[in-house]
Amino acid sequence: MLTTFEISFADALLDADQPVPAGIIAHNTAVPSRRFAVYRNNVVTGLVKALRSRFPVTETIVGEEFFAAMARIFVTAQPPRSPLLATYGDAFPAFIVTFEPARDLPYLADVARLEAARTRAYHAADAPPVGADRFAALDSRSVGHIRIAMHPSTEIVRSQFPIVTIWAMNSGDQALAPIEDWRAEDALVARPHLDVQVRTLPPGGAAFLLALAAGHSLGEAAAAALADHPDFDLTCNLAGLIGSGLARDLIAPESWSLSQP
Amino acid sequence: MSRDSCLPASTGVGFKPAHFGDIRAASQPVGFFEVHAENYMGAGGPPHVQLGALRERYALSVHGVGLSIGSMRPLDQTHLARLKVLCDRFEPESFSEHLAWSSHGEAYLNDLLPLPYTSQTLARVVEHVDEVQTALGRQMLLENPATYVRFAESTIPEVGFLTEIAQRTGCGLLLDINNVFVSATNHDTPPLPYLDKFPLDRVREIHLGGHDKETDDVGAPLLIDTHGSPISAAVWALYSHVIARAGAVATLIEWDNDVPDWLTLRAEAAKAQHILCTASRSSAA
Repeated sequence: MLTTFEISFADALLDADQPVPAGIIAHNTAVPSRRFAVYRNNVVTGLVKALRSRFPVTETIVGEEFFAAMARIFVTAQPPRSPLLATYGDAFPAFIVTFEPARDLPYLADVARLEAARTRAYHAADAPPVGADRFAALDSRSVGHIRIAMHPSTEIVRSQFPIVTIWAMNSGDQALAPIEDWRAEDALVARPHLDVQVRTLPPGGAAFLLALAAGHSLGEAAAAALADHPDFDLTCNLAGLIGSGLARDLIAPESWSLSQP
Repeated sequence: MSRDSCLPASTGVGFKPAHFGDIRAASQPVGFFEVHAENYMGAGGPPHVQLGALRERYALSVHGVGLSIGSMRPLDQTHLARLKVLCDRFEPESFSEHLAWSSHGEAYLNDLLPLPYTSQTLARVVEHVDEVQTALGRQMLLENPATYVRFAESTIPEVGFLTEIAQRTGCGLLLDINNVFVSATNHDTPPLPYLDKFPLDRVREIHLGGHDKETDDVGAPLLIDTHGSPISAAVWALYSHVIARAGAVATLIEWDNDVPDWLTLRAEAAKAQHILCTASRSSAA
């Protein structure tokens, strides 16, 4: 079969315990193990490098050696399914959760989720956000029925740990210091223009934005946010949504827009 | 209608986002920039903005690393469609890919893997090149690989294999002289006869890059195509030899790992430009 060489070559690449495939030769040796190892090494180190560039803070937290060992196991178990390596590793945070040696760092997987979200936001579709004037022009009687088309780069990462603070301290955004206020932080990641923004959401903010992203109206999203956290403040969250450029469009309910002259 | 590859016969540089500020700060003595296609396939964001800005001022070469043309399996239609979107949007002067494979079933293996050279594999690669050129509506360039092993079943020399593909498909060739030197060393064959047999009339672009030195199972030199260091003296000598025969050809400096600062990279490009200019002068004389 014409594909035989690919199958035996690929199988041996991802499993270092397999011998060099039959039919692979060199001019000076019967079994060119070190030569075949160049390909094995290229595949694994190339993929580990892709993860390093996507998860630099995760690497800073655990150190190069630990990260490389963890990443090597992941890339051989779950190699990419597409040549678009910039977004390889969406499943890496879930792998970290199950990675026994990382159990002492329960927040590590959530920091990795934050980093994965940053890359997705970086490569997301471009769209001009709606300006504050569009919100100001809304009819206050029907504003609760408005739905918001969220900016394509919007990502929400909820965590029981202070992931935004940990991320900022390890990415150089904020000075390293003991975290006095060890609390849950929900992260907002978005790129309304060219730079990816990372912010800590106020109480109920994540539930509010997730409800809007799921297609619920402003009124429904506010109710969901209040149910999530009693301190939810609609005015402050709405101002944050507008100021962060998270709205790509405002969608008036059909019945309402039809009734307007 | 098929568009021919048409990079200017001058020196280009592989674009790295870290250099974007330096490149934009002044007009650069660079004939073209080359990018890896797969880095510009996201929906949006800064990569497209940067590529658009480069496109405005310089000729552009889009170089794919993930199409797996040397695979015996069907080409990934989704990936081919992504390449078409990219080429249609930025209209590069050239599109190139490798005589290699990198996908296996569902998995993308992220390396340029070798294939045996037989009449059967030749027929399949010819089909793939035809398919790519038809889909993109343009001529493509196919690059010679750097290899570390050989296949017992191979019956066609690499140059003959590439020549036949170019003749049957009308594709151009991308001659990577570092790859020629790396493979020749690794297989203990002389590089000059390879280059002298290479169909230079089909070459539309040359690649120059650095390699690492290791040793194989029996202690013989084993060169690795790493693109992480300056171009070696041996590769510069082979380049001068080729340019003396072929005349000026678009030439790219590839430096993908341990990327140096912009001025270091530009100086490497200036060295190649000097060799190209010498060739132009002597052919004019």
